[in-house]
Amino acid sequence: MQTLAFFVLTVLAVGSAAVVVGPWVKNQVLCALALAFNLVSLAGFFFLLDAQFIAFLQVIVYAGAIMVLILFVLMLLNVQDERRLAAARPFQRWLGPAAAVAFALIVVAAVRSGGGALRYPQPSAGYGTVRALGLELFTRFFYPFEAISLLLVVAMIGAVLLAKRRL
Amino acid sequence: MAFGPQSVLAVSAVLFALGVLGVLLRRGAILILMSVEIMLNAANLAFVSFARQHDHAEGQIYVFFVITLAAAEAAVGLAIVIALFRLRGSTDVDELSLLKW
Amino acid sequence: MLRLIGLIPLLPVAGVVINGLFGRRLSRRAVGLVACAAVGAALALSIGAVVQLAALPEGERSFEVSLGSWLPLGSIDGREVGIDWGFALDPLSALLLLVVTGVGFLIHVYSVGYMAHEPDVARFFVYMNLFMAMMCTLVLASNLAVLFVGWEGVGLCSYLLIGFFYDRPFDERTGLSCADAGRKAFIVNRIGDLAFLIGMLYLLLEFGTLHIGELGRAIGAGHASEAFLTGAGLLLFFGACGKSAQIPLYVWLPDAMAGPTPVSALIHAATMVTAGVYMVCRMSALYSAAPEALAVVASVGALTALYAATMGLTATDIKKVLAYSTVSQLGYMFAAAGVGAYTAAMFHLMTHAFFKALLFLGAGSVIHALHGEQDIERMGGLRSKLPRTFWTFGTATLAIAGIFPLAGFFSKDEILWSAWSTGHRAVWGLLLLAAIVTAFYMTRLAWLVFCGEFRGSAATWGRVHESPASMTVPLALLALLSIGGGWIGIPKVLAAGADINVVHHWLAPAITPVGGAAVHGAAQGGSAGSAGRGEHGAGDEFGAGTGFDEEGEFGSGGASGTGGERGAAGEFGAEGAHAVGAEHGAAEELALIALALVAAVAGILLALAIYRRAGVAQRLARQSGPVYTLLRNLYWVDELYDAAIVQPFYRISRISGAFDRWVVDGLVNAAGVGAEITGHVVKLFQTGFVRNYALMFLLGAVAILYYLATV
Repeated sequence: MQTLAFFVLTVLAVGSAAVVVGPWVKNQVLCALALAFNLVSLAGFFFLLDAQFIAFLQVIVYAGAIMVLILFVLMLLNVQDERRLAAARPFQRWLGPAAAVAFALIVVAAVRSGGGALRYPQPSAGYGTVRALGLELFTRFFYPFEAISLLLVVAMIGAVLLAKRRL
Repeated sequence: MAFGPQSVLAVSAVLFALGVLGVLLRRGAILILMSVEIMLNAANLAFVSFARQHDHAEGQIYVFFVITLAAAEAAVGLAIVIALFRLRGSTDVDELSLLKW
Repeated sequence: MLRLIGLIPLLPVAGVVINGLFGRRLSRRAVGLVACAAVGAALALSIGAVVQLAALPEGERSFEVSLGSWLPLGSIDGREVGIDWGFALDPLSALLLLVVTGVGFLIHVYSVGYMAHEPDVARFFVYMNLFMAMMCTLVLASNLAVLFVGWEGVGLCSYLLIGFFYDRPFDERTGLSCADAGRKAFIVNRIGDLAFLIGMLYLLLEFGTLHIGELGRAIGAGHASEAFLTGAGLLLFFGACGKSAQIPLYVWLPDAMAGPTPVSALIHAATMVTAGVYMVCRMSALYSAAPEALAVVASVGALTALYAATMGLTATDIKKVLAYSTVSQLGYMFAAAGVGAYTAAMFHLMTHAFFKALLFLGAGSVIHALHGEQDIERMGGLRSKLPRTFWTFGTATLAIAGIFPLAGFFSKDEILWSAWSTGHRAVWGLLLLAAIVTAFYMTRLAWLVFCGEFRGSAATWGRVHESPASMTVPLALLALLSIGGGWIGIPKVLAAGADINVVHHWLAPAITPVGGAAVHGAAQGGSAGSAGRGEHGAGDEFGAGTGFDEEGEFGSGGASGTGGERGAAGEFGAEGAHAVGAEHGAAEELALIALALVAAVAGILLALAIYRRAGVAQRLARQSGPVYTLLRNLYWVDELYDAAIVQPFYRISRISGAFDRWVVDGLVNAAGVGAEITGHVVKLFQTGFVRNYALMFLLGAVAILYYLATV
């Protein structure tokens, strides 16, 4: 059952990613929607891996807030359909995909040869719950937590400044 | 469960590669940003997989932070795109070629 | 005042500094005054020092002073070696010092008048004073290194002064400019100087010292082989050939006439060119111990004497005739030294300074009067307009020809007698021939310039005027010296047996005769052996106790000298032993004197006969065809040197110049070009295309990942 879910989710995730990335869809808003779909499939993955809190987080923050932001901007700027990469750039058009493929292959090969486990072990009780995460977050990772809140403030200010019509 | 860490990591690698392809081949600035999001998500998947494998919440904490960072980065990046749009009237990155020798 | 001899070279330096720094702002008179005063002060100091020296007893006339250490050289073979700024006054250097400063002073005074119309007078006197300083350094040097400083210094000043009119052309036949002539002089001198330096270094390595007195003692003590001494002597002599214009390095002196006439008078007649002769006499200890070297010196000297005299027969530039004459007379001096008659050589050096300087200054007077004309074919009959110049020039002509009782007669005669009596008959023959030729061409010169009819333009004739007093007074003084200068060297045979040869007595203690013991410096007891009449080279090892009882004996070496007071010359002490031998020599000597006199007079009369009537000379020239051409073109020696040495050298220089430009510079340029090409290639990465940059990132990441994965 879970294996089936896994395969389905894989197809969905890779497929929607392909839509975002590939040359088939020129309309940028449609690509954004495909991305949202991809994000949700990943949330599914997280569920599958017993990381419930993270899954929710993904849906709410990533697929909810970030995607909305992106769509906002797309609509605000009224972007046109994308024009394709010019034919006169063979270097980019062939070497890029080749490098990306090489990248993936290396990683997979590394993983397989690293003697990674083939099955997941049973998780402990309370794994992936809010409680477990909260405990870790506010004890061991307290400092990064505070730092990242600072980062968020900075990002906010930066975004406002950058986007202003006049400083 | 019949699938294992290796499969999940393979998916993560493929997703990451797709994201990279998007960065390299896409022309609109926002689409590039979206491809970057894909990459980040692939990394998140890998993190979660490892966390599950070792039964430790640490990996999930990292995902937590990555998501937060992705949000901040998206905000700032989009602000830049807006500024760029105001300058150029389009989000086409190929028009930003002043660094050409 | 003896203690101040170190000051003598420095006084002209004061003139150099003052005129060098302020000369352009001073008036012409002031510049001349400063220069003459500097030399005059040096002269006065010299006279004082020499007088003091003369007051010392005969065997101890030597004074040394050191102005400090110059090159402490550590040790060679365990001996401490070093070179000082040492100056020494002894009879030999005293003689030349007086000649140099005295004649130098007169010429400086003359120059004030001669250079009256030239711009850049300050530069002229700076160079002249510098020359005086360097020459005095050379004369007073107590070691070979300081002597070499002076040697080089006078060479430098010669170059500067020859090329004084640096932008004027000089010789139409060869196309030389005055600057070229200066360069030629310097370069030819340099060749000789190299040999000199090598000889010096050999001596330093062998003896550990360059101090002339110490060298003399070391050589006298037999520390070096004869072969070594011959080699060193020949090297030093080659340097002297350069400086004193002997074969094969004489070619610069005729072209040195490009300089102003006072320069020719001072440097190329009286002082610098005599430095070679002086050096040989100073190193008499070395040469007397190396008879083969002496033989070479004598041969070269005699050959040069005749050779140069022949070139004077056909020259038409008044100064060039005198230049050849100088080369010839220097040959006389070297021939004298070469047969062992060092005092005769120095004596002739002194008298030659007088009459040659006079001849040059007289020529200068003529040139000045004719506003720059130097070609004797455009002169003539100047006697009426330039009486003072004529009479003084005439006196000098007779002196150089060797007419009794002028100065040249005594000195030339002594040389001839020394050559004959030491058995060097060939040398004597050459010198006698040269004497005839000398008398001939000097008379020719005098006649063509002063007598007969004027062959120039009428306009020039109208402007001819006698020179001012500043020029004619030195002429007169030199004329007096030319007349009476020889009377301090009257040989015994002409003085009815009385020994009044002052020059002899004066110089004897400072000279090491051939085969005799070394005497230099007061430290040696027992001065023996004079360099003078009737001495022989009897090749026994010196320093051995027994003297020889032959004709012209010499005393034994220092070992047997008791308290050193055998008088200045051994021969006088044992004279009675061979009165018979002396008389036999006297008859011979008188005969030879008569012969020489007849030869000189014959030369004069022959010249008068030829040049008195118009056309005779030209007919003779045509009839002697090839001989005349040979002489007129100076045996084509300059052309030979040019083809054999100068042109190949230029070719090599051009090749290495091309090498420098193409290979060496090419490498450097190639580095630059390489950097440029690399830049052109690398810039292709800067596409301005953002996604290309991203691709670069990716490629790098893949590479690193691959590395990490496979390691």
